[in-house]
Amino acid sequence: MAKVKIPAPLLKFTGNKSPVEVDSGTIKELIDNLEKNYPGIKKRLCEDNGEIRKFINFYVNGDDMRFLKGLDTAIKDGDDITIVPAVAGG
Amino acid sequence: MVLTERDKLRYNRQILIPGWGEEGQEKIKNSKVFVAGAGGLGSPVSIYLAVGGVGHIRIVDKDVPELSNLNRQILHTEDDIGRSKAHSAKEKLTKINRDIKIECIKETITEENVLDLVEDSDVILDCMDNFPTRYALNRAAIEKKIPFVHASIWGLEGRATFIVPGETPCLECIFPTGPPKEVFPVLGTTPATMGCIQATETLKYLAGIGRLLKNRLLIYDGENMTFTEVKIRRNPKCPACSKLY
Repeated sequence: MAKVKIPAPLLKFTGNKSPVEVDSGTIKELIDNLEKNYPGIKKRLCEDNGEIRKFINFYVNGDDMRFLKGLDTAIKDGDDITIVPAVAGG
Repeated sequence: MVLTERDKLRYNRQILIPGWGEEGQEKIKNSKVFVAGAGGLGSPVSIYLAVGGVGHIRIVDKDVPELSNLNRQILHTEDDIGRSKAHSAKEKLTKINRDIKIECIKETITEENVLDLVEDSDVILDCMDNFPTRYALNRAAIEKKIPFVHASIWGLEGRATFIVPGETPCLECIFPTGPPKEVFPVLGTTPATMGCIQATETLKYLAGIGRLLKNRLLIYDGENMTFTEVKIRRNPKCPACSKLY
């Protein structure tokens, strides 16, 4: 299981729970598993074509997935995933 | 400008910080910072830069305080509703520290005027509430090679990083696009926390001490009361800053 830190704007999907534990494999599979457990969350994370929305970053053990293998980045048990959408408040 | 005897007394407690000294305080006295926004982030940022003795603070904000601002925009009070945030900021900050130069401009920051507004500042503080203006500030920082201290908030969550054009990722490297527009929730202590982090980073940079939030995005989660950080990297194809490399 991977541990996923849920950002504040998406806590309503997980009942305010963060981090959550999710079965993984790749980031793509992790997102599908998040959707299974917390319906509605995938639409907030991804475009209709399955690509992650451009203002959202995924970090795997602190590293930006865009510099790893993107949606195909492999996730191991115990990995820490941090979802960081851009937020505009100030 | 050298420190006066009054400065040495006023800033004594920070002068005592190892590595800071009168030398560090003098650097701060001779610095000019640009604070973009006098709202949730801009309020604590400008207050702590003022009490810290930054010699010249320029704040730009186009807005007028409203009742719904007062849960977090601590520079402004009920008496300021309907006046300008720039005017309110000037009044409060001058009372806080009359030994420094405080310039407050009621103006909308745009791509057309940002370079003139930022001028020859030593640091730019991102205290904005929208991404288009943040991107304009980011590009101005790149153009002028001025460090840019970014922060943003939502609810009880905040982020911050210290951007050095040509050295670290810029804002567009980190977030190539901004989020959809919305009215977002904010607890006042969230911009307070992040604004203090921005002010801390700025004062450290100016004094020349400590390890800055370079190549790191700090994430504050007030709900679970944790701080985490992620590594951020330059995008070699960044439309804003790749020309610097």
